[in-house]
Amino acid sequence: MRIIILGCGRVGVHLAHAMDQAGHDVTVVDRNRESFNKLGSDYGGKMVLGTGIDEDVLRKAGIEQADAFVAVTNGDNTNAMAAQIAQHVFQVPRVVARMYDPVREETYRLLGLDTVCPTVMGAVKIREMVDA
Amino acid sequence: MYIIVVGGGKVGYYLTQHLLVAGHEVAVIEKNPKKVENIINDLGGIAILGDGSDASPMLEAGMNRADIAVAATGDDEDNLIVCQMAKMKFGVKRTIARINNPKNEHIFGVLGIETTVSYVDALVAQIERGIPTHALVHLLTLRDVGAAFVEKQVPPASPVIGMTMSEMNLPEHFLIALIIRHSQAIIPKGTTHLEEGDEVVAVTAVGNEDLLEQLFRGELIKKP
Repeated sequence: MRIIILGCGRVGVHLAHAMDQAGHDVTVVDRNRESFNKLGSDYGGKMVLGTGIDEDVLRKAGIEQADAFVAVTNGDNTNAMAAQIAQHVFQVPRVVARMYDPVREETYRLLGLDTVCPTVMGAVKIREMVDA
Repeated sequence: MYIIVVGGGKVGYYLTQHLLVAGHEVAVIEKNPKKVENIINDLGGIAILGDGSDASPMLEAGMNRADIAVAATGDDEDNLIVCQMAKMKFGVKRTIARINNPKNEHIFGVLGIETTVSYVDALVAQIERGIPTHALVHLLTLRDVGAAFVEKQVPPASPVIGMTMSEMNLPEHFLIALIIRHSQAIIPKGTTHLEEGDEVVAVTAVGNEDLLEQLFRGELIKKP
């Protein structure tokens, strides 16, 4: 599978490694060059420098051939916009966006985006552990 | 009208000032406390501190009763999400987005934000206006209704010089809305004629903007 991961933070790095080791064709996009250092030397995928809401940067990352696009920058709005570009402009078959804000997450989920909200997931999990 | 402006920087500030003078009810959402303070001091208690793409300041500002939401921050991703949240979460009918990178205008259109204002495009338009080749200037595009406003100067020796509106037999879905002659605005009637150097503002369907250029080249004139 050809996958583009936008945002080279903790989640982006973790996901990039997992997908790379599972034999997928991984490209990580980040606007900050230093972020790529976190990928380490054992990462075998590609890296593209630039902002994820720029069509030209996304093309350079191979979005036209991508099977999946994951937006995990630290900005909810960047993730929402980049994911919509991937879905509606480039018709990427599988698009996932992370959003910390539960309200925005719900809004974009209702709009047809696949979203993940770590805030709610974390709260639910913690509640379960406390209740147990 | 009730207008909510998101982003209280220079653009948001002067826009708000202007809208207040025009008699509108305005609220500004801005995340920088210093800017909020300045707005409250200068324009009154109409500024709310918060992230404009967050639902709670939107609710506090009364987004559900806003006639228009204007996203005027310096970040296109924020402006997109502000407009989409205003529409989807709060049912605001009309949203206007400032676009910082002209490349994003197309994306905003695809994602359902019809009215966008791009400074870079506006500056380019101003520069084009000053270029003696009299390029066609795109003034405004209303994507939701598929209309475009374009402007062009009547070039020397154009076949339309001296012709009246009714003589030109203008095509369907095309209207000469305004003529600027010697710094005076003329709303044309059927008997109004064109002169060399007139700045002509036309309304056309999106995609048909070059009809104005064709007109000035004499290609649209139907011979009697």
